[in-house]
Amino acid sequence: MPHIQLKLFATLTRYAPKKAEQFPIEAGTSIETLVRELEIPVEMVKLIFINGRKGLMTSSLEGGERVGLFPPVGGG
Amino acid sequence: MMDGELTGSIKQAARPATFPDGTSYTSLSVTDTSRIGRTLGETSRAIEIAALEAGIVPERYARNLKTLSTHNQVTLLESTVAIVGLGGLGGGVVEMLARIGIGTLILIDGDQFEDSNLNRQFLSSHQGLATSKAEAARDRVHRINASVSTECRSEFFTARNAAELLKGTQIVVDCLDNLPARFDLEEAAKAEGIPMVSAAVAGNAGHITTIFPEDIGLRLIYGEPGSMAPKGAETALGTLVPAVTLLASLECSEVVKILLNQGKLLRNRLLAIDLADHTYEVMDLR
Repeated sequence: MPHIQLKLFATLTRYAPKKAEQFPIEAGTSIETLVRELEIPVEMVKLIFINGRKGLMTSSLEGGERVGLFPPVGGG
Repeated sequence: MMDGELTGSIKQAARPATFPDGTSYTSLSVTDTSRIGRTLGETSRAIEIAALEAGIVPERYARNLKTLSTHNQVTLLESTVAIVGLGGLGGGVVEMLARIGIGTLILIDGDQFEDSNLNRQFLSSHQGLATSKAEAARDRVHRINASVSTECRSEFFTARNAAELLKGTQIVVDCLDNLPARFDLEEAAKAEGIPMVSAAVAGNAGHITTIFPEDIGLRLIYGEPGSMAPKGAETALGTLVPAVTLLASLECSEVVKILLNQGKLLRNRLLAIDLADHTYEVMDLR
């Protein structure tokens, strides 16, 4: 089964799976499916990064990617 | 006053000195800078600029050199930067920009210090509770570096006073704590045709970017303004001093690079950090 390296930021860290560094996915799965599988409320995800580039909820994963998810952050 | 008199006084007071690497230079002390300024009716900044132009190093900036050149130091002393928000980010930014020698700082915040600021805001203190953040910033700058001029604006930044508050500044540093105000500031910076450096923090995490007037900017991070709550994850996680101070430091680094036209900026990119697991990654926003 393919894997991704998953990094959740700020309030999303509480949804981190045990093996976030090597998280199994089905090839072709979308970010939105991943987010739902992790039980993260979809509206909490503001920024999606795939291999250091901005992604979308509809972006699909094949395995081997680094995926970063950010909620909105605005403190100072 | 004749230029020759100014340069003559500086040269008379200057002393030979040696950098830690053994190379020699001519140094002007802080005390002599102030004394010459008083005698000739000039600002400390004018004395420092004249010294640098004569190849003499104001000792206050000796450790800025040689990473910065004397010409770079003059550029910084002739620069104006506005800092909007004088809390966790802003307090660190003010401290650092005063020390590196930015000539004029416009200090904007209508708020007063409260107890919950003390965990992270360098300008806050037990004695200063319930006093103006902008005035505390001005006083701090003058205690650090008498060569830095300040414009102290104890008022909240809004879309209405934006143009007036940002007048004359070359860069604005976004140190605000809510998303609608950040979008207002971005719009004002674009209208003024100046770059904005913007950082945001929640808990141990945060991000920073640099936005030039022609760049898309905050929409790449947050989506359309009004599409989200005014505050982000910081309402749930608070704001910790190591993360906020690191991001303040990164904001200052971007400011100096913009002013000196050096290095690689974070335009259309986001540096995301999480101190909990040492994530430091530059992401492409386009």
